Amino acid sequence: MSASVTPFSSAQASPTARAWQRFKRNRLGWYSLLVFMTLFVLSLGAEFLSNDKPLVVRFQGQWYFPVVQTLPEKLFGGDFETPADYLDPFIQQQLRKDSNWALQAPNPYHHSTLDYFAPLPNPAPPSTRNWLGTDDRGRDVLARLLYGFRVSVLFALALTLFGVLLGVLTGAVQGFFVGKTDLVFQRFIEIWSAMPELYLLIIFSAVFEPSVGLLLVLLSLFGWMGLSDYVRAEFLRNRQLDYVKSARALGLGHWQIMWRHVLPNSMTPVVTFLPFRMSGAILALTSLDFLGLGVPPGTPSLGELLSQGKNNIDAWWISISTFGVLVVTLLLLTFMGDALRDALDPRKANA
Amino acid sequence: MSTPLLQLRDLRVSFGDTEVVHGINLSIHPGQRCALVGESGSGKSVTALSVLRLLESAQLRGQVLWQGRDLLQQSPAEMTRIRGDDIAMIFQEPMTALNPLMTVGQQISEVLQLKKMWRRQEADQRAEALLAETGIDDPHRRFGAYPHQLSGGQRQRAMMAMALASEPKLLLADEPTTALDASLRLQMLNLLADLQAKTGMAVLLITHDLALVRHFADHVAVMEKGYLVEQGPLAELFARPQHPYTQKLLDSRPSREGLVPVRADRAESLLQAQGLRVRYPMNLPGLRGWFQKDHFTAVQAADFQIEAGTTLGVMGESGSGKSSLAQAVLGLIPFEGGLSFGDQTWQNSPARDKALRQRVQVVFQDPYGSLSPRMTVGEIVSEGLRLHQPQAPESQIEACVLATLAEVGLSTADFPDLLNRYPHSFSGGQRQRMALARALVVEPDLLVLDEPTSALDVTVQKQILKLLQDLQKTRSIAYLLITHDIDVLRAMAHQVMVLQAGQIMEAGTADQVLYQPRHAYTRTLLEAFPNA
Repeated sequence: MSASVTPFSSAQASPTARAWQRFKRNRLGWYSLLVFMTLFVLSLGAEFLSNDKPLVVRFQGQWYFPVVQTLPEKLFGGDFETPADYLDPFIQQQLRKDSNWALQAPNPYHHSTLDYFAPLPNPAPPSTRNWLGTDDRGRDVLARLLYGFRVSVLFALALTLFGVLLGVLTGAVQGFFVGKTDLVFQRFIEIWSAMPELYLLIIFSAVFEPSVGLLLVLLSLFGWMGLSDYVRAEFLRNRQLDYVKSARALGLGHWQIMWRHVLPNSMTPVVTFLPFRMSGAILALTSLDFLGLGVPPGTPSLGELLSQGKNNIDAWWISISTFGVLVVTLLLLTFMGDALRDALDPRKANA
Repeated sequence: MSTPLLQLRDLRVSFGDTEVVHGINLSIHPGQRCALVGESGSGKSVTALSVLRLLESAQLRGQVLWQGRDLLQQSPAEMTRIRGDDIAMIFQEPMTALNPLMTVGQQISEVLQLKKMWRRQEADQRAEALLAETGIDDPHRRFGAYPHQLSGGQRQRAMMAMALASEPKLLLADEPTTALDASLRLQMLNLLADLQAKTGMAVLLITHDLALVRHFADHVAVMEKGYLVEQGPLAELFARPQHPYTQKLLDSRPSREGLVPVRADRAESLLQAQGLRVRYPMNLPGLRGWFQKDHFTAVQAADFQIEAGTTLGVMGESGSGKSSLAQAVLGLIPFEGGLSFGDQTWQNSPARDKALRQRVQVVFQDPYGSLSPRMTVGEIVSEGLRLHQPQAPESQIEACVLATLAEVGLSTADFPDLLNRYPHSFSGGQRQRMALARALVVEPDLLVLDEPTSALDVTVQKQILKLLQDLQKTRSIAYLLITHDIDVLRAMAHQVMVLQAGQIMEAGTADQVLYQPRHAYTRTLLEAFPNA
């Protein structure tokens, strides 16, 4: 068929800008992005939303900012030089005396806060004191969810970034240079992908001290291969096109052609897979934490909460709320991925 | 006059808010050979498809009367019966229209089994007979062949046999020859004419190729931008076209008028090829392929030269090695033998070849694939300048880019903010001008034109060829013109070289090769262009 109508108004818009317009027209995907970004930005400021230290304190005519300062208990009339425990009824009383006042964070618990003054045994069900209850060590579940969400998303972002960098680089080299380079790389990938990833993780977490950095390195080592194949296929296709031949005829070097001509036209599968890779990374971290192979103990993490939920089956508030956060996060990412895929679909590009 | 078989009354087709066919009135009588002519985007295919209601998401208004019944009012079940039974269709690209997992025989036989309720054996026999009728060689063997095992022409024949299986009263042929080689086009058209005469069905031929229309049709309808601008009997319409668009279409054969005359006295050789050979490695089957490679020779020992400021035309069918030849001249693929531009030659290294790259540039066939969709016009055209004149100041580069774009007919007056636009907002002809500007901006001595106009509409083709002639005049640039279109060669070439299966069959001046061909193969090629 020979009918292709191009609206004149979009003459100036780059293909990326037009894809963005199409993405925004997809209500579900667009709102998912907005909600996800809001949640993410909020979690970045988690210290101001969920903290046992007050944001601002006015005490005996002086301004204090405990959220960024460490203040001794003695300052507020206590007995010791140790950092003040703002959940201590005595300190709270001191802060309410005379013209003193304190502005608490909306949820007055840090993810590591142990409430020594809690009226109920741990884990405590949701109440006005702990909106989503506490876990088996008396830490506030809401606070742990908020910080855990932040850790998950940051970890997923980092993992996705490294995966994309490695995957695009290896895929581009294979797809552009073909021949022996491609052959060798492909065999390497076959061998590398045959390595039992989970066992390696278990072994390494036994040998080294577990840390987020180590986990990132290990998962990155195996996370690039899927993407590499997609990028390779795109490069194989695009390197044949006339504009690449024209660029070669102009005298451009290999890397210039790859960078300026082939790469921008090969990013569609990469961008489309970003949200799905993110949700994959979040799930991977959660599962490893659930098994106890993930982040070091004490780090707020969704997987660790799930495992607590499993161990304390009566404390339904732990498992249900963690499950809810996971489902919402993964759903938002999936909706964004669907919308992105539609926006970048070349068959819909002219619609 | 008999009652019309098919009558379109004020047919309007729209997609969403955009109307693409604006009220068409057209009648086709039994046994008539009607041609619907128009350029791409004129709505001719849409019109044909809407007769069968094969367009999803299109709104149809008006009437499509088939023997008095309005097809737009029929139930989907009734339409299914009419499609194939009464009205059959053949498409441009037979490879995509045939099921790759079924043999062609099975597919034809299936039509008979479904539409005529024939038993398997009977249907198979008839299918083979139909294949034989289309003149396919060795029909018994072709019956059991899968589509990918057939050549383009054979596939189109199989498609035709399938369309004829149910003995339709009307055959819609949508660009049936466009995907075929030139020498096959006429054969297919003759076959279509024979079958039409034998069965007495009516044929609606949709095409952009006036030569085919002249050869085939007895009634012609011309479409432009969704309007049917003129229709009438063939002889009358071709002799006295009334509408300016019809006149323009008829006048769209490229002309040699603007061509620079060759000056025999001071011919200066620009490119010299001696024993040029292009071979591709091929994988051997089985274990042997691990250790050695077979070779496919695309160009065999070609000797030719191009003189400065002249055009060497290379003619040949698909697979004759003409594109391999072009890529070897461009230094894009490895070759053997001598190829020298004065004292320079390709050395297979981007750094050492840089100086020569500036002298040899290229324009490809497909205006959509030859511009990166993610770069602006300014970036595309200026790229060569930035590479070859890295010291040039930004203002000079921009001035040079704009001047070159203006030279190829793209000015900022017509296209505000031209440099910041993206290729998607331009038509095929405009994109081809851009590709030309990208090549010209580095001021090459030789421009390789690989089928530069075959993806364009005829009226646009004429403009581009005129532009190329003018550029040759002003810049005294040499062209290596690769084409299968003899009209283009007639208009453009000073020297002509005919390739078949990688070998030069005949070479000489354009007058000699195109008007007094000595080689039999050249003559077959020339005969394939009916109104030459």
